[in-house]
Amino acid sequence: MQLFDIELTSRLLLGTAQYPSPQVLTEAISASGCGVITVSLRRETAGSGKANGFWPLLKATGARILPNTAGCHSAREAITTAQMAREVFSTNWIKLEVIGNADTLQPDPFALLEAARILCAEGFAVFPYTTEDIIVAERLLDAGCRVLMPWGAPIGTGRGLRNVDALIRMRGHFPGVPLIVDAGIGAPSQAAKAMEIGFDAVLLNTAVAKAGDPVAMARAFGQAVAAGRLAFEAGLMPPRDMAVPSTPVLGMADLGLGGMR
Amino acid sequence: MRIDLNGTATEVAARTLAEALAELGYAGALATALNGSFVAATARAETSLHDGDRVEVLAPMQGG
Repeated sequence: MQLFDIELTSRLLLGTAQYPSPQVLTEAISASGCGVITVSLRRETAGSGKANGFWPLLKATGARILPNTAGCHSAREAITTAQMAREVFSTNWIKLEVIGNADTLQPDPFALLEAARILCAEGFAVFPYTTEDIIVAERLLDAGCRVLMPWGAPIGTGRGLRNVDALIRMRGHFPGVPLIVDAGIGAPSQAAKAMEIGFDAVLLNTAVAKAGDPVAMARAFGQAVAAGRLAFEAGLMPPRDMAVPSTPVLGMADLGLGGMR
Repeated sequence: MRIDLNGTATEVAARTLAEALAELGYAGALATALNGSFVAATARAETSLHDGDRVEVLAPMQGG
């Protein structure tokens, strides 16, 4: 798939937070086959040198970097964070998160739109973390976004696609726009579902980082995303309400032993 | 002068942002903001500091 003219071999984007160790993180990235990883910026204590260990480690994975504005609650905060990220990570890609509520971590669509407009004008490739609301999505596209990232469920809940009908409508409404389900995915089956309904990719973090074996789970997600995409491309059969035999009835023996047909 | 560095009141002798980072021992991949606005690495040397300025120094970190 292509994102901003960059060819990606995997449709899985992986977060880098909450892993038991840096080694497990890098092994999970490799096992997942993902081509894009998300990162953040946090306060640095003078002389701690924390960044000097983490950043080279991620660069060495070869994955493309997608910095986020996680935790920002205003457009202004998100814009400044994006500008800082662009310099440190040497990329104009930004996962734009503007949180509207501390409990649900749901996007603030008004502040999101305001920040997206300014960042797009400044040349950023904005990946907006949004809801499945089609009007908000249209406004984000008008603002210059070329990718949309609706949530599946609130961040970190692992509840999967809570509003499948709306996501299907969104897919149908924006046929040419890369759509990525971001947040809320807890199991590979949920990631596969997102791909089966035609989403272009999924972004997840906690489901892998907090798994019993993050490396094995990363591999499972990589396979589920690939399988779901293949299924979408193959074309799913239309569901039916009543049973239809798959084995031919024609030519069935009449053994005269009763049984109703 | 006294600045607010990452939320903590900090005394510095430095007159510019670049001098302050050096004085405090910062090195490596860092991004800076002054009073809520981004300051590019190339602009730190000519960015003067004043008493009460809010300085943020951020570094790459894990993220989702």
